[in-house]
Amino acid sequence: MISFSEIFSEFTALLAGPDPDLLEIVFLSMQVSLTATLLACLIGLPLGALLAMRDFPGKWLVTVLVNTLMGMPPVVLGLIVYLMLSRSGPMGFLQLLYTPAAMIIAQTALVLPIVTALTRQLIEDSWKDYREPLQSLCVSPWGCVQTLLWDNRFSLMTISLAGFSRAISEVGAVIIVGGNIDHLTRVMTTAIALETSKGDLALALALGFILLVIALLVNATVYSTRMRFA
Amino acid sequence: MKKLALTTLLTAIIAFTTTAGAFAKNNSILVQSTTSTANSGLYDYLLPLFESETGIKVNVVAVGTGQAIRNASNCDADVLLVHARDAEEKFVTDGYGTQRHDLMYNDFVIIGPAQDKANIRELSNVIDALHEIADKNAVFVSRGDNSGTHKTELKLWKETGIDPTIDSGKWYRETGSGMGATLNIAVGMGAYTMTDRATWINFKNRGDHKVLVQGDERLFNQYGVTLINGDKCQSANVTQGKLFVEWLIGDKGQSEIANYRLNDQQLFHPNAR
Repeated sequence: MISFSEIFSEFTALLAGPDPDLLEIVFLSMQVSLTATLLACLIGLPLGALLAMRDFPGKWLVTVLVNTLMGMPPVVLGLIVYLMLSRSGPMGFLQLLYTPAAMIIAQTALVLPIVTALTRQLIEDSWKDYREPLQSLCVSPWGCVQTLLWDNRFSLMTISLAGFSRAISEVGAVIIVGGNIDHLTRVMTTAIALETSKGDLALALALGFILLVIALLVNATVYSTRMRFA
Repeated sequence: MKKLALTTLLTAIIAFTTTAGAFAKNNSILVQSTTSTANSGLYDYLLPLFESETGIKVNVVAVGTGQAIRNASNCDADVLLVHARDAEEKFVTDGYGTQRHDLMYNDFVIIGPAQDKANIRELSNVIDALHEIADKNAVFVSRGDNSGTHKTELKLWKETGIDPTIDSGKWYRETGSGMGATLNIAVGMGAYTMTDRATWINFKNRGDHKVLVQGDERLFNQYGVTLINGDKCQSANVTQGKLFVEWLIGDKGQSEIANYRLNDQQLFHPNAR
């Protein structure tokens, strides 16, 4: 069995002399997951706010559906995106399969329901409380959305962090649509899966800790921004 | 002021995320491959040689043989490199590939815990070994994923006349996973399993497991390489894929396959004709 000292020495070796391959993988992980989170927020934040503020028939159904999609298994989503982007699929002509773009698409779709559902709940609650005073402030619906989002920006940061955490930690979707191709689509989670399959459990765990350090840095950045401006 | 700071942060994130290639570069080919050739480090050795000679980047998607063939049937490959002859030939007959070439071989081995409950260590006949395992209800872990290794394993069981899947979930356990995951499970459960030798040699989490049965000619493991049919898959990069296949089965590729060693052992034996 592997010992913790073994994992620790792998971990410190990775930290001390980060080789170019590791940096490349870390960079791609960040790039894919941050882009996906950003896209999901650009769509999901206003969408969630609109869902919260607007009344329309079947609203409860849409709400339940969006909430349900938060539980979408990454591997299932990966398969759906694969079938879309496959060269023999409807969007095969785009030639996106096995590229970082495909991974961004998959993770965006994974994060979107989380951002939308959580935003909807948050805005709905604050809309209830501040409906009266806010209504005088927001003349147009879009202005209203903007005001509500801006007023809740710090809570929304936590929501986007939840989305980012989902993206950076998932392996099921990116391994199918990215293919874990060395120097092209290999990210932290697929590298961990690969090392596990090679039986190099110490290296796999050490890579896992690196991933956690990255998540910690992102969280610390967001939190300190919040402390600074809140 | 606050708004400005947040906007700056956002812009920085956007700048970071949109730099660099989100798209695959041209001048590259896509290979759907079995896992053993990737996990054993063979590609890490071979591909840079081919790339420096031709300038063609080879992108490898390493999955089980079954999935590799399925992906290639969706035209998501230029070259297919797997180890299940019947399935490869069907792939060609169905029109997805142009021609299948023998590329190289190694062998399968049966590994198991050192204490060897079924006592198969001295056996040179793999069929006898499987009989012993089944008789003793010793736990045997199967890939169960339609891979090349899984197909060969099922062929061997067929020869024993035993249908192990009747006892699936009891002593016969199908993981539905890759070779590496299955080895981790076999080691964890103290179970027997069949693996290709290259993956085993490169595998680090061996516990007290050892190679118990080897050398039976039924354990022969042939790898083949097939070029995707450009008529069937219009978007396939057949020109450069062909160069790669010809390089592999040519003198240079064949001698480099023989040159690749790990832990002082030759992992693959070239036999393209």
